Amino acid sequence: MKTRLSLCVNGETHDVLVPVHKTLLEVLREDLDLTGTKHGCELGECGTCTVLVDGVPVLSCLALPAELEGTEIVTVEGMARGGELHPLQQAFAELGAAQCGYCTPGVLLTAQALLAETPVPTREQIREALAGNLCRCTGYTKILDAVELAALRTSAAGAAGGRS
Amino acid sequence: MLRLPPFEYLPARTVADAVKYVADRGADAMLVAGGTDLYPNMKRRQFEPKALIGLRGIRELRGVRGDARTGVTIGAMTVLSDLADHPTLLDHYAGVATAAGLVSSPQLRRMGTIGGNVCVDTRCNYYNQTYSWRKAIGFCMKKDGDTCLVAPGSPRCWAVSSSDTAPALWSLGARVRLVGPAGERTIRFSTLYRDDGIDYLAKQPDEILTDILLPPADGWRSAYLKLRRRGSFDFPVLGVAVAARMDGDVVREARIVLGAVASTPREADRAAAALVGERVTPEVITRVADLAAGPSKPLDNTDFTHPYRKKVTRVFVARALRKIAGLPESGASTAEIG
Ligand SMILES: Cc1cc2nc3c(=O)[nH]c(=O)nc-3n(C[C@H](O)[C@H](O)[C@H](O)COP(=O)(O)OP(=O)(O)OC[C@H]3O[C@@H](n4cnc5c(N)ncnc54)[C@H](O)[C@@H]3O)c2cc1C
Ligand code: SF4
Ligand code: FES
Ligand code: FES
Repeated sequence: MKTRLSLCVNGETHDVLVPVHKTLLEVLREDLDLTGTKHGCELGECGTCTVLVDGVPVLSCLALPAELEGTEIVTVEGMARGGELHPLQQAFAELGAAQCGYCTPGVLLTAQALLAETPVPTREQIREALAGNLCRCTGYTKILDAVELAALRTSAAGAAGGRS
Repeated sequence: MLRLPPFEYLPARTVADAVKYVADRGADAMLVAGGTDLYPNMKRRQFEPKALIGLRGIRELRGVRGDARTGVTIGAMTVLSDLADHPTLLDHYAGVATAAGLVSSPQLRRMGTIGGNVCVDTRCNYYNQTYSWRKAIGFCMKKDGDTCLVAPGSPRCWAVSSSDTAPALWSLGARVRLVGPAGERTIRFSTLYRDDGIDYLAKQPDEILTDILLPPADGWRSAYLKLRRRGSFDFPVLGVAVAARMDGDVVREARIVLGAVASTPREADRAAAALVGERVTPEVITRVADLAAGPSKPLDNTDFTHPYRKKVTRVFVARALRKIAGLPESGASTAEIG
């Protein structure tokens, strides 16, 4: 049986008609064509499907859209502003923090939530925040470097009165 | 893709709603809190309920109330991340905060609830697999089959109790409030579980766990240590919870509860009794740790070898005791294990 749901994704409201047992991951990819959110294990064991729900990193493979009406969902497609990459995306591209890129959407969003709470985190805080995102390629060092770089840039821009 | 089987979703707004749904739907329905244990199991077809009763909308079940002097009540729908950094828990019920903070990964701790953690399904290498994997190797009695693949010939299932918070809560003398169609009751953790991999909970299926009640802190100190292969994601393959009520530097009461060594958290009561009336000296620590390893009887159905897990029980009990007594941590882990 299908249910009608109204979901706010990346600032846009979408009305969807979906079976209630479809996960958020499936609805994003299959009904809203937002394929930036990746499916890995689909069992909560890898973190690549992470999206933000009201700013909190959540595994979309274990989330039910029926429970998410009235929340704000952000996927990797919602990070850039127009043609301008998010500072995290910029830093990841510059430092080569994405190799195959499969873990990247989940890592970026998890890092975005960290920086919203802790604008200049320590290396250890970054490590802890990203402990639920597996990467099979980079060995993590460049990911940690890129989050640090983005944090430094945004906090410097904030201090100089620039865009946040 | 691994998809959920179809179900009807019944969102409860109050405990009374949930009780009514449970009474109406009986064995067709299951409760879902954060879904972080249930949904993976449903995707692997370990459960195929016709209806899910969603507890997420019940506001009254969220949050931590009370203080160390009068005791603390934790609503079942409180997420683990809120417990891991809760000031009262960190200061007075450290074992519980530590255990909550060591569950799985940051994302899962923000989604998973304490109620779900206490009721989490038991685990086994032959069970936590997809339907096709289980079919290929031959189903076992926990789901779809009639034999045990770990202990063939065994009349029972030995799947492992894998909650991190349960041993910690038990060690501090916590109780749970259960509400069902037949009314309400409050029971101790020691009577919530059964040593059976399939029927591991002694609560009735139609009872909803609403709150966890921690007694006044009253001089109790506690610690929790967890063994797992990776520092994130992995379930415990050994959990050690130690709690002691101190009077100066003398132990007045103590409880040691082991996780992931049986189908239920297991109390090491002889070891705890050996602490009472003693100062926590290195000699006492060694004696108590040796005694605590006795009831630790892990089977070969999770990660690491079971003799190793048994050995680490001794080491972790010693470390937890040192922590509680404020003694320096010992670095000689290999010597301790050997
Ligand atoms: C990759 C991964 C790693 C994990 N690692 C760990 C770990 O290290 N340690 C650990 O302890 N757990 C771990 N878990 C399991 C799970 O995430 C946690 O135990 C979590 O706390 C479960 O809570 P939940 O709210 O998601 O429960 P749910 O999945 O919603 O429910 C679990 C069970 O409890 C029942 N239930 C839930 N709430 C209630 C209630 N109020 N009253 C009665 N019954 C109820 C449900 O019917 C279901 O049977 C892991 C899970 C995954 C996917
Ligand atoms: S202990 Fe035996 S019966 Fe239980 S889940 Fe494992 S193989 Fe199956
Ligand atoms: S796909 Fe969701 S955690 Fe792996
Ligand atoms: S870049 Fe390939 S998994 Fe992380």
